[in-house]
Amino acid sequence: MNRTDWETVIGLEIHAQLTTRSKIFSGASTAFGAEPNRQACAIDVALPGTLPVLNRGAVERAIRLGLAIEAEIAERSVFARKNYFYPDLPKGYQISQYELPVVKNGTLTIQVGEGESAYEKTVRITRAHLEEDAGKSLHEDFHGMTGIDLNRAGTPLLEIVSEPDMRSAEEAVAYARALHTLVRWIGVCDGNMQEGSFRIDANVSVRPKGETRLGTRREIKNLNSFRFLQQAIDYEVRWQIETLEEGGTVQQATVLFDPERGETRVMRTKEDAHDYRYFPDPDLLPLVIDRAWIEEIRANLPELPQALRRRLVDEHGLTRYDANLLTASKELADYYLAAVAAAGQAIAKPCANWILGELAAKLNRAELDIGESPVRPEHIAALVQRVHDGTISHAGAKKVFEALWTGEGTDVDAIIEAQGLKQVSDESALEALVDAAIAGNPKSVEEFRAGKEKALNALVGQVMKASRGAANPQRVTELLRRKLTA
Amino acid sequence: MSAERLLTSSLRELAAALSEGRTRAEALADAALERAQSLQERLNAFITLTSEAARAAARAADERRRGGNVSLLSGIPLAHKDLFCTRGVRTTAASRMLAEFVPPYDAFVVERLAQAGAVSIGKTNLDEFAMGSANEHSHFGPCRNPWDTSRIAGGSSGGSAAAVAAGIVPVATGTDTGGSVRQPAAMCGVTGIKPSYGRVSRYGIIAYASSLDQAGVIARSAEDCALALTAIEGFDPRDSTSLDRPAEDHAAALAATDGRLDGLRLGLPREFFAVEGLDADVRRAVEAAARTYESLGARLVDVSLPRAELAIPAYYVIAPAEASSNLARYDGVRYGYRAPDYADLDDMYRKTRAQGFGDEVKRRILVGTYVLSHGYYDAYYLQAQKLRRLIAEDYRQAFDSCDLILAPTAPTTAWRLGEKDQDPVQEYLQDIYTIGANLAGLPALSHPCGFDAAGLPIGCQLIGPYLAETRLLLAAHAFQEKTDWHRQLPPL
Repeated sequence: MNRTDWETVIGLEIHAQLTTRSKIFSGASTAFGAEPNRQACAIDVALPGTLPVLNRGAVERAIRLGLAIEAEIAERSVFARKNYFYPDLPKGYQISQYELPVVKNGTLTIQVGEGESAYEKTVRITRAHLEEDAGKSLHEDFHGMTGIDLNRAGTPLLEIVSEPDMRSAEEAVAYARALHTLVRWIGVCDGNMQEGSFRIDANVSVRPKGETRLGTRREIKNLNSFRFLQQAIDYEVRWQIETLEEGGTVQQATVLFDPERGETRVMRTKEDAHDYRYFPDPDLLPLVIDRAWIEEIRANLPELPQALRRRLVDEHGLTRYDANLLTASKELADYYLAAVAAAGQAIAKPCANWILGELAAKLNRAELDIGESPVRPEHIAALVQRVHDGTISHAGAKKVFEALWTGEGTDVDAIIEAQGLKQVSDESALEALVDAAIAGNPKSVEEFRAGKEKALNALVGQVMKASRGAANPQRVTELLRRKLTA
Repeated sequence: MSAERLLTSSLRELAAALSEGRTRAEALADAALERAQSLQERLNAFITLTSEAARAAARAADERRRGGNVSLLSGIPLAHKDLFCTRGVRTTAASRMLAEFVPPYDAFVVERLAQAGAVSIGKTNLDEFAMGSANEHSHFGPCRNPWDTSRIAGGSSGGSAAAVAAGIVPVATGTDTGGSVRQPAAMCGVTGIKPSYGRVSRYGIIAYASSLDQAGVIARSAEDCALALTAIEGFDPRDSTSLDRPAEDHAAALAATDGRLDGLRLGLPREFFAVEGLDADVRRAVEAAARTYESLGARLVDVSLPRAELAIPAYYVIAPAEASSNLARYDGVRYGYRAPDYADLDDMYRKTRAQGFGDEVKRRILVGTYVLSHGYYDAYYLQAQKLRRLIAEDYRQAFDSCDLILAPTAPTTAWRLGEKDQDPVQEYLQDIYTIGANLAGLPALSHPCGFDAAGLPIGCQLIGPYLAETRLLLAAHAFQEKTDWHRQLPPL
């Protein structure tokens, strides 16, 4: 058999838990981490005679997401029952949307890769529908038995289903990250992946390059980190290609990723697929959403990451790469925008550099979020301004930053004063030092005059040394150049 | 007031006796409990009697009355079908599955009647999960008909109908998914009303078929039904299908009329009277009732419900489909019956459900599961839903030429226990006249209109347009002012 070039095809189904305080069909709390079954009311336990009542907040969040991905918001959508038996599914059915979802036909534009090879791609989102989460089966804590915790049962979920538009694990991760950013950006999901707030199922298939029909897919269930998503797809693609190249066939199946072994393994095949017997839930009326409500929600949406990215490139003069980094979360973007608002748009770029450089490194090392930063956006603005107007050098600015970070000082100008970081820019004060350097380094002077630009640096260095770092190197350079070429 | 007086008094008369101080709620509760106990062996109308709670509630009602300002229902004894959840009182749905189940909350209907001061003496027998037309399918044994204890009381609200007919309580609650209030009312010679779908909250009613289930009341007269119905109407945010409109004072409307029905057009659906299994005595009694209505000023008109026959197949697809899903929660995991021995999870499910459910419930779960299955959904469930819309449309058209529809409640009178329990289809055919109102969401009522040759009561049914409960009650009340079929007492 000839070696074939293979193409990977990936579609993602993402379950985002919504940020409502109460559950989608009951008044019980959705807070994470309570004692088992303390947040399960009669409706969540499915006591006889209980009935679901739809949480308006969950619908509002679905609409918000729909608008953010420029999708259609269905004026009428229908809740259906997905019937199957499982101990952590109290009613014996899950209330979900089946034929008529609340959100359909959206798109999300993603940035893939870095540097020269970076590119943009638009991923189509087929639908997003509302449903309830199931409880949890606890297999570890009970010897020979299974514990059931229904705290999670009834937590509102938005299942966001993409078209099979992604062609590599890298694209899939970029899409998942972009969606993760977006849902947090618009406040519909807290994005906490360890707590299961954002869970990814990946449908993966391969086909010979040029083939237009889709290959047989396998669905990798419940990936709860971007790293696992990447690893699971990489493994799955390798496995599928090997299988096909060895003359085998891929069977449609649901698989689980084992992060310890770095492998996927089959959970169930198509043969033992459930017949879910979907039918419209007679306990709930069709969900009817009026236009005015949609417009009200639209009016209250924040500027979305994609629009902001464009603005940062076009108006703030940032690189696309920096704009991407700054829009990785709403908190970071807000921090940056606050700094620029205080500093002035003309010096937006150095603000970005400080935030993405010094500050990001510090935060990383200290494992802090941007919201926990001891250095405030106004500090960054003042710092950048003082460098820009020549009051302090870059080296001085680093010292100021350090003082702000440690809490040693909270006012940039006061720190500059206290640490004597003010640069000497006054020509009359610098002239003697410059003259002394010229007089004391005839060799460098000679070289510079012979056309060796680098020799000037040595002279600047001498002046800086003589001033104990207080001289403004730019002014020194200007002065030296003027004197030597006069 | 003596037990004998309780037996013959209407709810309104009892209310008057209470307010005039001629009796006390506690005395009424005692009399009702005593009679319930003395008839329990013969009728098996109750699954649970709550003697102590009833006496406490009655004493509290008497106490409140001394403070003045109580509602008309205050101190009136009543009984709830054992499908309504009652806080702290076991609620079984007549199933082994829930034989020990004690809900932590009250159904809306229970809550409302308790707020009005009514005193519940216990929970009445029914077909398991309200599935049946005879009250023979009960884990606690069949309920018997007070008019002939060798016969069925009707179903599924058989215990409630029997308790009212036997003079245990003046009023009892029921639920009606395909005739479960009206048919046992007819079989037991009492009056029962199923309101429009959405009128009364389903919160706390153990679900059978959600799109059809509706709470109703059974009493000895239309007037008493009117009083009780008003108490349980109104919006409930806990039921998404509850209608957002206030309760109507039906009794006030009844009090304001002169007993004439001039101009009222009563439609007699010709298909209903052509039903093959319609008993001759039943036909005669219902036709006589029509003439009585005529004498009150009503005009009889011929109407057509062309798809009347299709109501049974449509119903016996939709109701089991919903039931198969509604009853999935009884899995032995969280509450209710769990099989004592099992090998693994699937085995636990299988044995729990095999042992916990009776035959009729299993039959409907099987049918319902089948009609929703992949490949059969379109042919059965979807088709049945289309039929349902057509049937509703037939009723709408019929109401273009009449104000109410008059029909038999059931094709026969009460049959002997065991006579049909081996032939489910025979039992299903009994629902031919009642199912349409459920499929179309319409209000309907059954009142007594005579007896057959064996001395068994016959029911006359009135079906109204959506939300026409008052019109139904007005007509039946006028009929009962003129006749005394509803005052006849069973020979117990």
